[in-house]
Amino acid sequence: MKILKLVFKNALRHKLRSFLTILGIGIAVMAFGLLRTVVTAWYAGIEASAANRLITRQAVSFIFPLPYAYRDQIAKIPGVEIVTYMNWFQGVYIDKNQFFARMACDPETFFNVYPEFIVPPDQMETFKKERNSCVVGRDIAKQYNLKIGDVMPIEGDIYPGRWEFVVRAIYQPRDKTVDGTQMLFHWEYLNERMKQEMPIRAGDVGWYIVKISDPSKSAQISEQIDALFKNSRAETKTETERAFQQSFIAATSAIVTAMNVMSFVIIGIIMLVLGNTMIMAARERTREYAVFKTLGFSGGHLVGLIAGESFLISFFGGGLGLLMTFPLINMFEAFMPKGWFPIFNLEPITMILAGVSALSVGIVASLFPIQRALGTKIVDGLRHIG
Amino acid sequence: MPSIIQVQDVSKAYRRDSFDIPVLNNISLEIPEGEFLALMGPSGSGKTTLLNLIAGIDRPNKGTIVVGGTNIASLNESHLAKWRSTHVGFVFQFYNLLPVLTAFENVELPLLLTSLSKKDRKQHVEAVLTVVGLKDRMNHYPKQLSGGQEQRVAIARAIATDPTILVADEPTGDLDKSSADEILTLLERLNKEFKKTIVMVTHDPRAAEKAHTIRHLDKGELK
Repeated sequence: MKILKLVFKNALRHKLRSFLTILGIGIAVMAFGLLRTVVTAWYAGIEASAANRLITRQAVSFIFPLPYAYRDQIAKIPGVEIVTYMNWFQGVYIDKNQFFARMACDPETFFNVYPEFIVPPDQMETFKKERNSCVVGRDIAKQYNLKIGDVMPIEGDIYPGRWEFVVRAIYQPRDKTVDGTQMLFHWEYLNERMKQEMPIRAGDVGWYIVKISDPSKSAQISEQIDALFKNSRAETKTETERAFQQSFIAATSAIVTAMNVMSFVIIGIIMLVLGNTMIMAARERTREYAVFKTLGFSGGHLVGLIAGESFLISFFGGGLGLLMTFPLINMFEAFMPKGWFPIFNLEPITMILAGVSALSVGIVASLFPIQRALGTKIVDGLRHIG
Repeated sequence: MPSIIQVQDVSKAYRRDSFDIPVLNNISLEIPEGEFLALMGPSGSGKTTLLNLIAGIDRPNKGTIVVGGTNIASLNESHLAKWRSTHVGFVFQFYNLLPVLTAFENVELPLLLTSLSKKDRKQHVEAVLTVVGLKDRMNHYPKQLSGGQEQRVAIARAIATDPTILVADEPTGDLDKSSADEILTLLERLNKEFKKTIVMVTHDPRAAEKAHTIRHLDKGELK
């Protein structure tokens, strides 16, 4: 019989109370895991950004286009390897609730700038040849059961009219940090139709993506690009892809901050749940602790007993919470429109943070009961009626 | 017989709010080795306080207490805890067994503080449970035992480390007559056969009859 065994037995002494405490911690850890996953998903674009990519957009606002003619001028700047460009198309596929990124791109250069989108060579060849073709991400293909040769009819909103795209390629994200929910088609297809139907919008590019050879020169090249178009009708703002993504997050920073705060409030809740249990347990065992002291057990033994029990409960609670987090996140992802959070994974750092938080709370929650047990005189403890 | 317990000019007062409540006034007492002493007196007379001081679980405000040659009033908390673990066996009125441990494990508890191996601990525990007549119940939990049996387990726990003195605070106070007789017979046997020095606090004159010596306390003074 060892102290550890006694710790186990004490933890299971009030089975219902211990079970409810473990469940409470588990639910809190699960909520913490989900919130942190949402926050992480929010920042996924930033994490996935490459250091060697710059984004050039209209200086006034992202929603205003840039002339296609800028492309060649940007390409001439020393240090620029490839220039590609995109337009946000959007439109309605099936219904308005089916949200995922639908964009026009330059098929010749896009995949050289974004090597993390992996397209089989034969599919790539067909995609490049057919102007009304499109590439869809693996996740989108799976969600809508799209196969090569299928037609995707889209009702245009930013670019009005009915559009039909033939799926000619399905890209695979290189790793789990890459968005697998995009649909890309030929910018030329869009531009030609604009020439016919809305000539004023022909030759418009949403933004340029500039691949540079040396990331350390990103600031210098950005300045050079913007200087090229200074005082033009469409001045530019060039920044790293990371900064570009961060500017999107900045718009929703209050929500992210609130979620961050909430996730740490949850840690506080765990502490209160466990602290309450430990205080009740220590109060009920005041006489037992006095008996331990009477028998010659030291303060260290009592610390081990109380902290061990608290740690054990938090360990099981944290473990249960993590186990429950996986199905919850899968369920959350399944119910959420695919494009909202293209990358929605339970990151190892979230698991570590949740586990460490639960265990730390286990230790902290035992401090008051320990202080009480150590501070109570033996004679007072023996008189205690719990 | 030489004195194993020497209490000299001991005073003790408790502080309640801003008041000092005197409990013991200049008590002096010598208890020879192998003695079975009963302390009697009305409630609040200071019996349990004196027992606690002798057992080293409380400290006097004044005076010295020497047990087995050690002035326990001069020991710090950690030394006093160590001293208690080897020199004092406690028997409480309400047994104070741990409900989550079996009889065996409860008796083994004080032995965990010794350097005995698991095998030796097992031998010790079985031996003392045999002395109290509960070897066959060693795997039972306290709630599966009667009050008398629980108190016998508590006595087994008290003698497991072969302490210098055995202190018992109202050991029969929570028992029926038959169980109380069993416990008193057991204490008598421990005193006679195993030469244990026993200091027992009791209200019960029948219990006190088993002791060699009866001392009365009243209003903090020894009569």
